[in-house]
Formats: sequence, structure tokens, C-alpha cells
Amino acid sequence: MTKFFTLLGREVKSFFYSPIAYVVICFFLFLMGFTFYFAVYALNRGPTDVTVLQAFFTMILFWFAYPLVFPLITMRSFSEEFKLGTIESLMTAPVKDWQVVITKWLGCVIFYMILWIPTLLYFLVFDWATKEHAAHAPGAYFGSYLLLLLMGMFYCSVGCFASVLTKNQIVAAIISLVMILALFFAGMLEYVMMDTSGTIQNVFGYFSAIEHMDTFSKGIIDSRPIVWYLSMTTFMLVLTYQVFQTRKWKM
Amino acid sequence: MIKVENLTKKYAGFTAINNISFEVGKGEIVGFLGPNGAGKSTTMRILSSFMPATSGRASIAGYDVFENSMEARTHLGYMPENVPLYTDMRVSEYLVYRAKLKGVTGRRLKERVGDVKELCGLGEVENRIVSTLSKGYRQRVGLADALVHEPDLLILDEPTIGLDPNQIRSVRELIKNLGRHHTILLSTHILPEVEATCSRVIIINRGRIEASDTPDNLRRQLRGAGGIRLEANPGNEDAVAELQKISGIKDVTIQDEGEWKRFLIRAEGNADLREEIFRLAADRKWRVRELSMRGATLEDVFVEMTHTDA
Repeated sequence: MTKFFTLLGREVKSFFYSPIAYVVICFFLFLMGFTFYFAVYALNRGPTDVTVLQAFFTMILFWFAYPLVFPLITMRSFSEEFKLGTIESLMTAPVKDWQVVITKWLGCVIFYMILWIPTLLYFLVFDWATKEHAAHAPGAYFGSYLLLLLMGMFYCSVGCFASVLTKNQIVAAIISLVMILALFFAGMLEYVMMDTSGTIQNVFGYFSAIEHMDTFSKGIIDSRPIVWYLSMTTFMLVLTYQVFQTRKWKM
Repeated sequence: MIKVENLTKKYAGFTAINNISFEVGKGEIVGFLGPNGAGKSTTMRILSSFMPATSGRASIAGYDVFENSMEARTHLGYMPENVPLYTDMRVSEYLVYRAKLKGVTGRRLKERVGDVKELCGLGEVENRIVSTLSKGYRQRVGLADALVHEPDLLILDEPTIGLDPNQIRSVRELIKNLGRHHTILLSTHILPEVEATCSRVIIINRGRIEASDTPDNLRRQLRGAGGIRLEANPGNEDAVAELQKISGIKDVTIQDEGEWKRFLIRAEGNADLREEIFRLAADRKWRVRELSMRGATLEDVFVEMTHTDA
């Protein structure tokens, strides 16, 4: 277990060694702050039963910025090691392949969570400044941030998978962005295909991230998205592990 | 310590190493020689369990590198070619990280990291970031990393490549000292280095082992190379004809014309005919500036064994 935490520590710390972390944090907090401002601004225009929390997480600006974060976080995870050749010193130390895959992914998830912590302040400040509540109940916060974690786990696993495919970080970023956007747009087909049958619409709706967020930000914890994200994360991590193992193939 | 049996590695349609077998015993320092692309790095990568062989077996300290890879890796200190390091870490931090990965913990961790820093002369750069280090220091960090868990066996892939002559000398000294407690397999292109440090040489070419012996024996086996060098001023006499009259001389070539001529004289069976040549020169009253015998060098052996007419 010591080795596991040694690897994990290196993964998390390495974000802060490079300027990427600070660029991502600034970019992210700037866009999220902007989104929050517009959410409050929009709600100010007239009476509504939408809470600030719901408005924030369902803003189109939020969904525009959100998928961009993952390629930036995950692109270097494997690619950089391949490029620098450090994969050779890493994999000739007595560490297991799965330890490397899990710690790389978990490192990304931890960094992603660090990104989100400051956004809790938005709601605290809102409550303090307006003496109003940004959400109806604590459950809505719990639901929103739980879903953020689940989505983060899944999209980070997609990003790690893209990164294990290539030693070029840019290529890794593009592959993961395309995969994540494809999943997003598949979820949006629900809104586009108005005239198709209800079953197909429901199928696409089942993995629509926006739909999930709509539910969770109301404080409704639906088990179906939880199962979807956890199982897909596992699936992507297994795929990543398999690709990582190809160097051991006997040809 | 190392046992390699019928090892073959094929990349898509290309055979990098072809059915090689060798052994390295405890306490040996073995030099692994061969031209670029001969299969040295491939063999080392298989031994370090970075990649598997297509067929055949290899073991380190009795552990199969593929089946008992974890045990094999704990007994091995491996320094890959070009010494890949995390360039964003500090030297001390990197060594602590590597030591922990290799299972060094507790009080021993501090002790070992301190020891290897001292051994490899890293004291003054311990707080520097790796990316700011010179090539020589990076090489030493790589070596410190390979040593940090006190492995029985060291595999060093071109440990002196890209270093200046002073650094090469200090790394060579370091390797020689390490050889007292460790078994070492190292690959290099610098042949005088092998002659200075290695107790045995394995020459590999096109994926096959061409020779495996001590540097002295290899030189001895190589007949015909080397010869006697004479630098003399024979005046107007035909020195070549005169020299060829001495019995046992195979051929004489003039390397440098002019008033002072330089001759390379080859004798049958590399016999030492310096005395006879001296007597001839003295009889004929040639003025002589140099008379020396030069044996075959490891370089001659290397060229002879790996030369291709391509």
C-alpha cells in the first residue's frame, strides 16, 4: 500500500509542479464565476421557482466549459511518461501495472475535486450577502456535487484511456475531447429527435449528463446515473489497463 | 546472477535478438558490446522486465523475469538508456520517491538516500530541480536511483554516453568501486572503458552473440592485427627489401614517406621480431627514432567481429 500512496502522491503533486495546474484552475474558476454571475443575473429578471444552484448547474455556459477541463487534466497522465521515457524506469521498479493505472486516474480525479472546492464559496457568499438560500435543501448540494464527482470519475477515465493510446499529449487531448463531446451530444439527441419514438428518446436521455444534473441539482438522488457512471468508469479503466498491457504482448 | 536461455525477440517482421544464451555470475562486471541496433538495449529491457521476449527464458537471481517479475525487479537496479527522469522534481525528492517505490522504508530510507547521494557526488545539487542539471549530473542521479535499494545486480545501458572525458573517468571509477559489491552488466561504445573496468566481454551483433570472454583472451585470439612499428631514416637504401629479408616477416608497408619513414611490419604469428629489426638497423647504420610493438586492441576485436560489408 505504501507504493500505491507513493505513486498517488507523485501524481497529485506533479500537477502543481507544472504551470498547467494553475492555468486550468484560473481558466476554470473564471468561467465558473462568470456562469454563477449570469445565473444570478438571469434569476433577477422575474419571479421563478428555480434555485440559484439549479440555475448555475444547468446554464449553457457551464456545459460549454465543463468538457474542456478533462482533456487538460488527463492528457499528460500517460503520454508524458511515454514521451520522456520515464515509463521505463517506472515499470522496471517493482510496481504493478494496475497500481499505475489506478493512481494515474485517481490523481486526476483528486485534482478535479480540488478544482471544485472553491465553487462552494459562491453559494456561501450568496447566502451571506442576500440572506436568501441558494438551494432548497442541503440535499441539493449533496446531489449536485455527488454527480460532479461521478461525472468527473468517468470523464477522467475517458481521458486516461485517450492518454494511454499515444505519447503525444495534444493527440491525447483531442481524442478525449472528441469522446467526451460525443457522449455529450448523444445525450442531447433527446432534445433534437422530437419526432422519433419515445423509447429511443429515453435511451439517449438515460446517459444525458444535462438531464442527470437537472435531477441531482433538485436534490433527487437517482440510482440509475450512479450505476451508469460507476460501471462506465470501471469499463474505461479496464480498457486503459488492457491498452497499457499491450507492451507486454508476446509477438 | 543472470541466466539467459535461447532468448528471441521479434518486432513486427524484424528479429532484434535471435536465440541468445549467456550467463553472468555473481561479482562479475560484464561489458555488453555491439554496434547500434545489435540488440543490446532490447536484451536489457527484457532482463529488466520492461518487455517480454518472444521466446526463451531469462532469470535474475533465480527469478524468472516474466513470471516472477516483482521479485526479479527488486533484485535489480536498472538504468535505462538516456536516463529518463522526472524533470520537474528535485534531486532528493526524486531519490526518496524512487526508494519508496522500490520498497525502501522507515529509517533505512533516509540512510540509503543519504548514502547514494554521497556515493554519486550529488550532495551539492540535492535541492536542484532535475531539469536544471547538466547531463553528467543527470547520469549520476540515474545511477543513484539504480543503487538506492541495494540491488544485487546492476544493469546499466550506456552509462557514459554523452559525458565529457572527466565525467567518463569519474563514472568509470564509480563503476569499478561498485563492482566490489555488485554484479554489473553494462553496455557501452567506449572500448577503452571496457578494457579498464570489465572482467568479461560479450560481443553481440545482429541479434547474435559473437564472443564471450575476457578482454585479454579476445585480443589474443585475434591474430594478424597489430604489428611492429619502426620509424627510421635509412638514407638511400631500399629499407623494405632489406626488412623483408629477416626471416619470419610477412609484410612491410610504408605508412609515411619522406626523409624519416614509418614502417608497419607484420610478422608470422605476431612474433616479436624487434631485436632482429634493431640488429639490421644497427648493421646498416640507419638512424632510428621509434621501434615498438603494438598488440591488437579491443577495438580491433570489435571491428573484426561486427564488421559488415554492407
